[in-house]
Amino acid sequence: MIASTGPYFQDAISTLISLLTLFSFLAVTVLSLVWLERKALGRLQLRLGPTRTGPFGLLQPIADAVKLVLKEDIVPNEAEKVIFWVAPIIVVISAFMLWVTIPLTPSIVVQNLENMGLFYVGAVGVIGILGLVLAGWGSANKYGVIGGLRAAAQLISYEIPLIMVFVSIAIVTQTFNLVEIVNLQSPVPFILVLPLGFVLFFVSGLAEVGRTPFDIYFAESEIVGGPFVEYSGAHWAVFFLSEYINTFAIATLTVLLFLGGWSGPFLPSIVWLLIKIYAVILLIFWIRGTLPRLRIDQLMAFAWKVMVPLSFYLVVCCSIYVFYGLPWWALTVMSIFGLGVVGVIIYQYITAPARKVAEVRERLRLLQMSQEE
Amino acid sequence: MMQDQQDNQTIDMMLNMGPQHPSTHGVFRMELRIDGEKIIDVKPHIGYLHRGSEKLSEGEQYHQIITLFDRMDYLANFNNELVYCMAVERLLDMEPSKRTEYIRVILCELNRIASHLLYVGTIGLDAGAMTPALFSFIGRDRIQTLFESISGARMMHNYFKIGGLKQEVPDDFVRMVKDIMPVIRRDIDQTEKLLTFNEIFLSRTKDIGVITAEQAIDYGLTGPCLRGSGINYDVRKSEPYSVYQDFDFDVPVGLDGDCWDRHWVRVKEMHESLRIIEQAIDKLPDGDVASPLGRRLIRPSEGEVYVKAENPRGEIGVYLVSDGTDKPYRLKVRPPSFCNLSAIQLLLQNSWVADSVVILGSLDIVLGEVDR
Repeated sequence: MIASTGPYFQDAISTLISLLTLFSFLAVTVLSLVWLERKALGRLQLRLGPTRTGPFGLLQPIADAVKLVLKEDIVPNEAEKVIFWVAPIIVVISAFMLWVTIPLTPSIVVQNLENMGLFYVGAVGVIGILGLVLAGWGSANKYGVIGGLRAAAQLISYEIPLIMVFVSIAIVTQTFNLVEIVNLQSPVPFILVLPLGFVLFFVSGLAEVGRTPFDIYFAESEIVGGPFVEYSGAHWAVFFLSEYINTFAIATLTVLLFLGGWSGPFLPSIVWLLIKIYAVILLIFWIRGTLPRLRIDQLMAFAWKVMVPLSFYLVVCCSIYVFYGLPWWALTVMSIFGLGVVGVIIYQYITAPARKVAEVRERLRLLQMSQEE
Repeated sequence: MMQDQQDNQTIDMMLNMGPQHPSTHGVFRMELRIDGEKIIDVKPHIGYLHRGSEKLSEGEQYHQIITLFDRMDYLANFNNELVYCMAVERLLDMEPSKRTEYIRVILCELNRIASHLLYVGTIGLDAGAMTPALFSFIGRDRIQTLFESISGARMMHNYFKIGGLKQEVPDDFVRMVKDIMPVIRRDIDQTEKLLTFNEIFLSRTKDIGVITAEQAIDYGLTGPCLRGSGINYDVRKSEPYSVYQDFDFDVPVGLDGDCWDRHWVRVKEMHESLRIIEQAIDKLPDGDVASPLGRRLIRPSEGEVYVKAENPRGEIGVYLVSDGTDKPYRLKVRPPSFCNLSAIQLLLQNSWVADSVVILGSLDIVLGEVDR
C-alpha cells in the first residue's frame, strides 16, 4: 500500500505543478492576445492602438485587468444569484479543461490522453454553452435571455461540423492521439490533404468562439452584449478571459490538426508552433476588422444547409479513402470538389443580392441614357 | 391534452430598446413586441431630447435664432443655418451677394459629405462592422478641421448671418478647399468600399426594410429615404434655392426602397456634392460677404413665409410668421428626420430584431432634430 501511494503522490504533485504552469501560461497568453488584438485592430483602422502604458502600450492589458478587478461587482436585484455566480465559473472551467490535453510539443503537455485526446476536446468544448445560457437566464435581463438562447442555437449547430471534422481526421489517421496526429503530418500537412476540413474547422471555430462575422450572441449593436450585459468587474473579466482562451484554443487546434503543428525547419518546435498559432490568430483579428455580422437566421441556415452536409460529405470522403487505400492526393481532389460545391452554393444564395445590385445598376444606367436622349 | 396545449402557448415579449441603447442613434426608444426573434409590433417613443427650440425662438431676436438651428440637426449645421437665413431674407425681401451664396453652397455641400460619411460609419456599426466607422471619421475630421479654420468652430458654427456671413473666409480658402477635395474623395471610397458590396452587408440590407414609392410619399419621406424608393425628388433640383441652379449635378435614385438602396443613394450623393463643390470653387465670385444689415435689430414687416431646402436627411421646411417686432411671432420647423422616422412602424413589421437597428440606421435620424 505504502509503496503504491508514493508514485501516485508524486504523480499528483507533478500534475498540480503542470496545471499551475498551464494556468500561468494561459494567463500570459490572454494578456498578449488582448494587446495584440487592440494593436492589430488599431493598425487596421488607421489608429495607433494603446501607446501610453509602457513601451508600445504593452502594459495596457495589465491596466485593463487591474481596472476590471477593482470595479464594483454588481449583481442585479432580480437575478438568480446562484446561477449568476456559477455561470462564469462554468465557462472559464470548460475553457481551461480543454487545455489539459492540448500538446504544445510532444513533451510539453499536462496529460496527453493517448486514446481519446481529440474526443476529449470535442466533448469538453461543449460545456461552455451551458455557462452562456445560464448567464443569460440568470441575469434576468431580456437582452441576456435572447443572447443566451442565440448562443445555445449557434454553438450547438456549429458543434456538428466541428465534431465531424474531428471524426474525419480520426478516420484518416486512425488515432485520437493529438501528438500522433501531428507526427503523421510530417511530410504533408493536413491542410493539403483536407482543404475542405480546414475551411470547415476554421469557420465553425470562429462560430464556436463567437468571433466576427459570427459574434451574434453578444452582438453589441443589437442585444448590447447578450449574456454578459449585466456582468461587471471581475465576473465580466472571467468571461473575457475564457473568450480569449477559447480563441487561442481554436487557433492552436487549427495549427495542430491542419498546419503541421510544431514541425518546421531550423527553429525549435515550440517557436514554430507559436508562430503558426499567432498567424492564425492574426487572421481571426483581420476578419474581425473587415466583416459585418450575419443575422441569426442566416447563420443557422448557413450551418444546417452548408456546413453540416459538407462535413458529412467529408466523412464519407475520408471513409472511401481509408477503405480503398487511395493515395493522399485523392482526398485533396475530393475536398476541392466539395469546396467547389460550397462555392457554387454561396454564389447562388449569399451573393445573389450582389448580382441583383449589378442588375439594378445596369437598369439605372439604361434609364439615365434614355432620359438624356 | 388540453393542459399540454395551454402549457405550450407562447406569449409575446416586450423588449425595450432605448433610450440607453448603443444603436438607437441618440435617445430614441422603441418598445418592441417580439415573438422569438421576430418583431410583431413596435411603438416608438420620442421626446427625450426635446429642448423647445421652436418656442424658444419666439423669445429670441432674429439674429440669435441661428444658434438654435445649429443645435437641431447637429450633423448638418451649415444646412440648417442656411434654411433659416433664407427664410428671414425672404421675409425682409433681400438678396445676399453672389459670393456669400457660393460660399454658403460650398460649406453646405461639404457638410452634407460630412454627414453622409458619418452615416456610412454608423450603418457599418449597426451591421456589426467596426472599421468603416473609424475610416469615416477620418474624412469627417478633415472637413471639420476645414470648418474650424473658416468659422472658428468644428460643429456649432453660427457662421451664416442674415444677409451675409459672419466674416470673410480666410485668404487661402480656395486653396484649402481644392486641396481637401481629392483627399475627401479617397476617404469616401475607402470608407464605403469596405461595406457597399460586401456579401454579408448586402445580405443584411438588401430587401430589408422595404418601403414602396407610394408608401414613401404617403408617409412624407424625403431625402435619400424617398429617393431610395425610386422617386426623383430633390429640392435643389425641383425648386432650386440659393445658387443651385448654376451647377450641373445628378440626383441619384434607388429602385427597391430597401436599406441598401438608401445606403447607395447616400454614397452616390457624396460624389455629386463633390461635383457641386468643384464647380462652385471654380466660379467663386469676388465681392463682399458682410451683411448690409450689420448688427442692427431686424424688424420685418408683418407677414409669413415658408422656405424649404434639401438637408442631408431630406427636405427641411421653416415656417416663419412675423408680427413686425424684433422677434418672430411663430417659428415652425418641418424636420426631415421626424417625418422619416414616422415610417419606422411600417418598416419594422415582421422584421428581425437584428434588422431593427439596421433599418433605423438606414433612415439616418438625428434625434436633436426629431425632438427639437
